[in-house]
Amino acid sequence: MPVTAVGKDPEALTMTLTAEFDASPTRVWELWADPRQLERWWGPPMYPATFTAHDLAPGSRSEYHMTGPTGDQPRGFWDILEADPPRRLAYRHGFAHDDGTPNPDLPGMTAHVTIESIDAGRTRMSIESGFPSAEAMERILAMGMQEGLAQAVGQIDAILAEGVAA
Amino acid sequence: MEATPNADHVFAALADATRRDIVLRALAGREGVVELAGHYPMSFAAVQKHVAVLERAGLITKERTGRRKVVRTNVEGLQLARSLLDQYEALWRGRVERMTNIITSTEEAHTCLSLLSARIPKL
Repeated sequence: MPVTAVGKDPEALTMTLTAEFDASPTRVWELWADPRQLERWWGPPMYPATFTAHDLAPGSRSEYHMTGPTGDQPRGFWDILEADPPRRLAYRHGFAHDDGTPNPDLPGMTAHVTIESIDAGRTRMSIESGFPSAEAMERILAMGMQEGLAQAVGQIDAILAEGVAA
Repeated sequence: MEATPNADHVFAALADATRRDIVLRALAGREGVVELAGHYPMSFAAVQKHVAVLERAGLITKERTGRRKVVRTNVEGLQLARSLLDQYEALWRGRVERMTNIITSTEEAHTCLSLLSARIPKL
């Protein structure tokens, strides 16, 4: 299992997830730094992400949209707070209007990513997500639920396709 | 009157150690406010306030059993706080799985390329 630990602190409103990969820290950093690779994991299969701006430099803003099965395109952005390749990345995530401008009515959150070598060819990545309030977390999750549902639907589709093939 | 658990109230209510302790004791649902107050080095009024905060958050309810009123934990309220974080965990687990797939597939591509270049040295 790539995910090795999950720590949740309901009082501090943070979640820390730790994962390990059979790759170098530089390779793991690429997953974040290269927009074409980032697009392949940021959104679930049914909600692929497209990053129209992405540069991991402090002060820089990344912009993306996801495309849902019904053509809906939720938009979001990252404000890069800290970047120390291939070790540390911190960004603030926010949601955006259809024209790409930040939507301050929707809650933001911050993420601190740490990437470190633990063995030759093995790397640990931890992501600490922090929410400004429980209400913000609830709203972010409500928006994410759409993705979660899409993912479940995708899995059902895959199972059905397998059944047909067999 | 039973309050519906609200995430902000639940987290705020659970931020206090005495209130967390009350929630644990009230899982049994045997004690009233008077008995609960006996466990803490503070006034009855102070404990009563904590109980009121928990009740507003939907984390406990007061139930009448015979002539007494007992304080009982509403497990659903506790689960709300947990489930919000669980959903977020599921989102990131999906992302990490996709990250692993990308790393694995590029490694395979590299192996393919090096095999190819080994066979065609001047590729």
